[in-house]
Amino acid sequence: MCTVCGCSEGKASIEHAHEHHHDHGDDHEHGGHHHHHGQRHDHGHHHHHGGVHDHAPDEAGLLDCGANPAGQKIAGMSSDRIIQVERDILGKNDRLAADNRARFAADGVLAFNLVSSPGAGKTSLLVRAVSDLKASFAIGVIEGDQQTSNDAERIRATGVPAIQVNTGKGCHLDAAMVGEAYDRLPWLNGGILFIENVGNLVCPAAFDLGEACKIVVFSTTEGEDKPLKYPDMFAASSLMLINKIDLAPVLDFDLAKTIEYARRVNPGIEVLTVSARTGEGLPAFYAWIRKRMAATTPAAMTAAE
Amino acid sequence: MHEMALCEGIVGIVEEEAGKRAFTKVNVVCLEIGALSHVAPEALKFCFEAVAARTIAQGARLEIVETPGTAWCMACSKTVEIGQRYEPCPSCGGYQLQVTGGEEMRVRELEVD
Repeated sequence: MCTVCGCSEGKASIEHAHEHHHDHGDDHEHGGHHHHHGQRHDHGHHHHHGGVHDHAPDEAGLLDCGANPAGQKIAGMSSDRIIQVERDILGKNDRLAADNRARFAADGVLAFNLVSSPGAGKTSLLVRAVSDLKASFAIGVIEGDQQTSNDAERIRATGVPAIQVNTGKGCHLDAAMVGEAYDRLPWLNGGILFIENVGNLVCPAAFDLGEACKIVVFSTTEGEDKPLKYPDMFAASSLMLINKIDLAPVLDFDLAKTIEYARRVNPGIEVLTVSARTGEGLPAFYAWIRKRMAATTPAAMTAAE
Repeated sequence: MHEMALCEGIVGIVEEEAGKRAFTKVNVVCLEIGALSHVAPEALKFCFEAVAARTIAQGARLEIVETPGTAWCMACSKTVEIGQRYEPCPSCGGYQLQVTGGEEMRVRELEVD
């Protein structure tokens, strides 16, 4: 396993510094691994969702791959040795996430994990937010995308440090990637870490990164029932930011219905409406951040005032 | 496709157990997967074969025990069973539910030689 990125198959690459462009092999300590953005995979292309089902669709036109209670215990004795294991599949990630959480706490850093579909406006929102907040807080950004460092470059253009993680064939950030990326950011003493996850409303829900909470960005162009279609992510998030609210009038967007659906999945989710383009609603988002910060790190809040 | 990452987690656990408990072949990996967890059992089975290849888990059969989703209904003040996160309480029809079980993704036991 690569000790720098924590990847097992060279599946992720983390920017090593933003002044140079991945000239691997000059002064890196990870002995011969070449993180060439995950081309050399023999497993990433088996994306075969639902191709081998033995159950019939139970509603016209609906093949519900999640409903099949697959597998059952086979009756009868076996001479094989049975070993009780009882371990969480994501146990390793969860341990690394706990390490990250402890490091953030030691640094007084409030970490947010931003999740959404591709195109919901996470990066535009972040560019605006870090520009508005950078005078008050030390801010760092970790950007996750399959490929390119475009998003990190957009953040850096504001003067805020950002590290890009390319997940290659991976569909989510994991705690190891975030830990390595955090090492490469300047010390954010008492500040804010924004982690922009890979645009994907499914997989990132399962992976704890050590964040204080997940913030799901939902845009008015996506359809009110998205919280029902992708319930795991809305259930895992503490705050829903409804972005592109400036477009609502031309879209016949039903805000009340969206909130109702989100609260069916997660009765406790907080909701704010914003526009990264016009700035509408952002002061309320910043107030929400300051409130979280005051609740977790009173000392940092005092310092920032 | 986080099932790949989950399968890597399963194989990692099997390899660690092999180091501790001295076995050389795994016949069955028994998993406990909650109905509200972040994984589709079919996709997991599909990925497992590919991820387990050339590891100690190669050829092992994946057996999945699915555990039901449960939630605490605040209106009814009792635990109820739900199949999906957005389902209403089967007793009162409300949505004031806090999930209490069915999110597990665990390796329960191994059948080994």
